[in-house]
Amino acid sequence: MTVGLFIPCYVDQFYPQVGIATLQLLEKCGVTVEFPPGQTCCGQPMANAGFEHLTDKCSQQFIKSFGSYDYIVSPSGSCVLHVKEHLHVPGSERQVQSIANKIFELTEFLTDVLKIKALNSSFKHKVGLHQSCHGQRGLKLSQMSELVASPFSKSEYLLSMVKGLELIALDRKDECCGFGGTFCVSEEAVSVKMGKDRIADHLLHDAAYITGNDMSCLMHLEGILKRQKRKVQVIHIAEILNTPHT
Amino acid sequence: MSSREKILAAVKKNQPRDPGAETPAVSQTVVADKKEKFKTVLTAIGGTVVEMNSTEKIAAYILNISTDAASIISTVPGLQLGNSISGADPHSLKNIDIAVLPGEFGVAENGAIWITDGAMGDRALPFICERLMLVIPENSLLGTMHDAYQRIGAAGYNFGTFIAGPSKTADIEQSLVLGAHGPKSLTVFLLGG
Amino acid sequence: MKERGGKDHAKLAERFNEDEPRVDWHDKTLWFVREKRDKAAWQIPEWEQLRERASHIKNTVLANLHDLLLQFESNAEQNGAIVHWAETAAEHNEIVRSIIARHGVNRIVKSKSMLTEECHLNEYLEKHEIEVTDTDLGERIVQLANEPPSHIVLPCIHWKKEEIGDLFHKHLGTPAGNSDPAFLTAAARQHLRDRFLTSRVAITGGNFAVADTGEVVVCTNEGNADLGVQLSDVHIVCMGIEKIIPSRDDLAIFLRLLARSATGQPITTYSSHFRRPRPGQEMHIVLVDNGRSTRLGSDDYRNALKCIRCAACFNTCPVYRRSGGHSYHTAISGPIGSILAPWGDMKKYADLPFASTLCGSCSNVCPVKINIHEQLYRWRQDLVKQGYAPTSKKIGMNAMQTVLSNPGIFRIGGWLGRKLLKRFPFMVNNRFNPWWWQRDMPEPPATSFREWFQKNRKQ
Repeated sequence: MTVGLFIPCYVDQFYPQVGIATLQLLEKCGVTVEFPPGQTCCGQPMANAGFEHLTDKCSQQFIKSFGSYDYIVSPSGSCVLHVKEHLHVPGSERQVQSIANKIFELTEFLTDVLKIKALNSSFKHKVGLHQSCHGQRGLKLSQMSELVASPFSKSEYLLSMVKGLELIALDRKDECCGFGGTFCVSEEAVSVKMGKDRIADHLLHDAAYITGNDMSCLMHLEGILKRQKRKVQVIHIAEILNTPHT
Repeated sequence: MSSREKILAAVKKNQPRDPGAETPAVSQTVVADKKEKFKTVLTAIGGTVVEMNSTEKIAAYILNISTDAASIISTVPGLQLGNSISGADPHSLKNIDIAVLPGEFGVAENGAIWITDGAMGDRALPFICERLMLVIPENSLLGTMHDAYQRIGAAGYNFGTFIAGPSKTADIEQSLVLGAHGPKSLTVFLLGG
Repeated sequence: MKERGGKDHAKLAERFNEDEPRVDWHDKTLWFVREKRDKAAWQIPEWEQLRERASHIKNTVLANLHDLLLQFESNAEQNGAIVHWAETAAEHNEIVRSIIARHGVNRIVKSKSMLTEECHLNEYLEKHEIEVTDTDLGERIVQLANEPPSHIVLPCIHWKKEEIGDLFHKHLGTPAGNSDPAFLTAAARQHLRDRFLTSRVAITGGNFAVADTGEVVVCTNEGNADLGVQLSDVHIVCMGIEKIIPSRDDLAIFLRLLARSATGQPITTYSSHFRRPRPGQEMHIVLVDNGRSTRLGSDDYRNALKCIRCAACFNTCPVYRRSGGHSYHTAISGPIGSILAPWGDMKKYADLPFASTLCGSCSNVCPVKINIHEQLYRWRQDLVKQGYAPTSKKIGMNAMQTVLSNPGIFRIGGWLGRKLLKRFPFMVNNRFNPWWWQRDMPEPPATSFREWFQKNRKQ
């Protein structure tokens, strides 16, 4: 099984450790991983801002880079959702559908495809899990609080395999952090207020780390944490799952 | 072309094709103890439930708590109290303290009672009085709104309403206040026996 | 570049956020309503089935609206009601005015109707010297304050009780400083009772209009709709054409969903079924189009017509809770408002679909399963295509497209960005970068992931 690793543009440039952790984690699980160098971006920032019609070239580049793999895996719920729902290249519908069928966010790949039952990892800290919206409500990575339905969470399942990790409860389990793409600057006041409120919830419950599936959310929260000079740090779930047990 | 014709033409032209999808099923909730559920829900929403086994006892109860017999009206068969409704002007009812009316049935899931115009005396009465009292047979309690509409069927009432508790509002900082414009209290007599 | 129009959600929301404690209060109050909704929904194991059924019924209605409207009209007329049809808001307002004028009346009572807000009926009637008293307590409060409601179910949720106390002191003569909700409500009861007793015309909205019986259902907690109608000579129902439902049985589904979704109550205090007018009373039903019949033809936006105006989407929306209804500068605000408003006026409301993070919470509390977040996304595409994106954003996006579709440029651009950010942080850490106003920028790392991969993995 060869996996094409899809690293979101901002993770590539600003949070390479997340890409490294994802790669190492997949390799530890016995997967052959390739990083197609021609990849750039999934096109989501443009599409969410109303410029989906400008994403054709980006989408073409995506298909070119990833079309041939058995699976495509990415440490980003929102990018994966975008590819599944909004990748449009006129004339390449079959390829687009094939990609939509084989692209997975990291945690769902681990639980649903690799079906891992144990991890040799430890992370002896109190951790707050931020539920990123697109992964949760879009990819169904965990049950949303809006529905009268049985709870489940792929991230929590994986985190329960990490020795020493204490997952804190939150007052609002799945409220949006306020990043929202260009929303974070076009509606700066509301965006920051939403981020501050999420952070306050984690602080109230003594989180030492805030984790999640989407570095965009965490980047936004980190920006506020640093401005507030807090000790709490953000860390992508891939990094936690990849922390070896010593 | 009149507005009516223009609107209907536009609707006809634009309405989507009916895909003829199958009606999704809804499992029926069976309410085990309807009386308990009804009492719990209605009390939680500000109503008072009193179990009685005769209309005489109800009359005695009401007389005991009323301040002025002239300000009571009852339309409950077998419950003679106060005055009868005179005249067709609802404004004449503005000083009524207690109105006692017969409901058709109660709904356990939400504490509501169905009552139609035939039982109201005047349609304004359930809303203009200070204190509303409804009498329903205990064995008329139904489980859910599905049961309710099944029971109502194609009944030809002129005006009907579900009443669930006293009138209320939470418009001021979400503080619940009983007695907005309608009655300040609702007492439901479950007539057993 | 087409002008965006005067009001802008982002600017209004920014002002709203200047008072952070107030934002916290507004947010917590509405989140509490969302929690009440959750509690009520969890009492019904078949809740999701109810939503699916309600959605199905509404889909059926939209596909058969023409025949259902005719059926409703026929039955309503047989019941003795007079049915009017209004193509536009202006026509609706004039129909209502002429009914009132024909009865020689110059003061009326009105219970809650978002349709009348949409048509700006009050302003029109006041212009024609007809005094309108909004009898829903929340609506009366904003009416006294000369403001529009900020929430379609909780009209003055943005008012604190002390402020209402002051307002009542000014307009109703209540003692200064009294902010007790029970006392204030009692004062309003007295004040409005007088209006009920002296008005001869009552306007109500319509929650549901039943095609196979011709009856109209009106749901309230206060009893104001009922009191108004039963003391009047004329009852006017103002309703959008999309409020039709096929049969009485369908009411079971909707009445189980409506109040639980709106406030967490199992049912509103009164769910009144108006079938025939009181003997001697005239009952008018005004069916209003105002853009609905054309929206019906849009595959992308038709679903918004399923709305039963419960406001569950408002209460769950993290943006609405932190910006307030007035930031949307439209009669119906919140998530549903953001997809309804642009249909009527793209220029004025182009900002609204962008006032969202597309989190999807709204679509999942909607009792009739409107795909609100998907329509928000679709509106963004359509608004940009129609030219409502500011030029600066267009230029930015074109640049982004160039960088993001070319791996070479992307690599170099990313490297350059990181180096500049490291050496010259002031280039982005300044007031021209909104990110930086309240957040630190991310630390630029020494290497990118792809650089690391080249060094450590490339064979």
